[in-house]
Amino acid sequence: MIYLTRRATFSASHYYWNDAWTAEKNEQVFGRCSRRAGHGHNYTLEVTVAGEPDPVTGFVVDLKWLKDVIERVVLDAWDHRHLNLEVPEFAESKLIPTTENLAIAAWRRLDPAVTAAGGARLSRVRIYETPEIFAEYRGPHGQVFVRGVEYGGGR
Amino acid sequence: MSAGLERACFGRRYMISASHRLHAEALSAAENWAAYGKCNNLHGHGHNYAVEVLVGSEVDAETGMVVNMAALDEAVRSRVLERFDHANLNLDPIFANRMPTTENLCRAVFELLDGSVEPAKLVRVRVEETENNFFEYFGE
Repeated sequence: MIYLTRRATFSASHYYWNDAWTAEKNEQVFGRCSRRAGHGHNYTLEVTVAGEPDPVTGFVVDLKWLKDVIERVVLDAWDHRHLNLEVPEFAESKLIPTTENLAIAAWRRLDPAVTAAGGARLSRVRIYETPEIFAEYRGPHGQVFVRGVEYGGGR
Repeated sequence: MSAGLERACFGRRYMISASHRLHAEALSAAENWAAYGKCNNLHGHGHNYAVEVLVGSEVDAETGMVVNMAALDEAVRSRVLERFDHANLNLDPIFANRMPTTENLCRAVFELLDGSVEPAKLVRVRVEETENNFFEYFGE
């Protein structure tokens, strides 16, 4: 089994706010992130798929295809947008667009396209909010560790 | 549990500059272009590959190490870097029956290094082809 990862970047704005709380509590919990005018990040999205290399082509999947899928199902909806106001999974339900929720939402957007193509399965989505902060999601049944070794480091 | 029985991993990165051409004899010229695009260019092309090797074992009680880094460096140098650095991957016998994609390079590096740094175990090989993609193999 080979794990193939493709990296893409997008830029978006957001704020953290829970309508069920008072303004004071939002400020207390979320700090600067609660400022209602919003702020933004350059996000890095890492999409990992797992599969066996095709015996003829040697590819698990075509990296160009994966790049196009990421652009079509995630970046077209999220890049240069206000996540709270313009992106359906956050705007409609008022889900707070934390990096954790972005990782889960990206998985839900990507999984049908990867599954439909066959040959590989979605294994992990990792989103960096800044170079130092990231969240990752391995699906509803995903394990956090692979053979006891956490992914990490390297960059 | 004593400190000597704690398991940990140690990783180190190496660079390989190599060329390859992705071309399947079983496919027509048009099919090769459709599958590989620019990577099918007749005279090949190259990459600076970053190879990240992760080994794991119990931390040695006397040295505090998972692996002696010099021993790991020597294993990687003799088995991988000497073989692939500044080489044409298509000409290497290990790719006689498999395409030198980065998927297969990743697996080949694992096979060449597996068992070379006992008692530490090779846990993962990661090969970065460009800054936007990388491949990982855990041995199964």
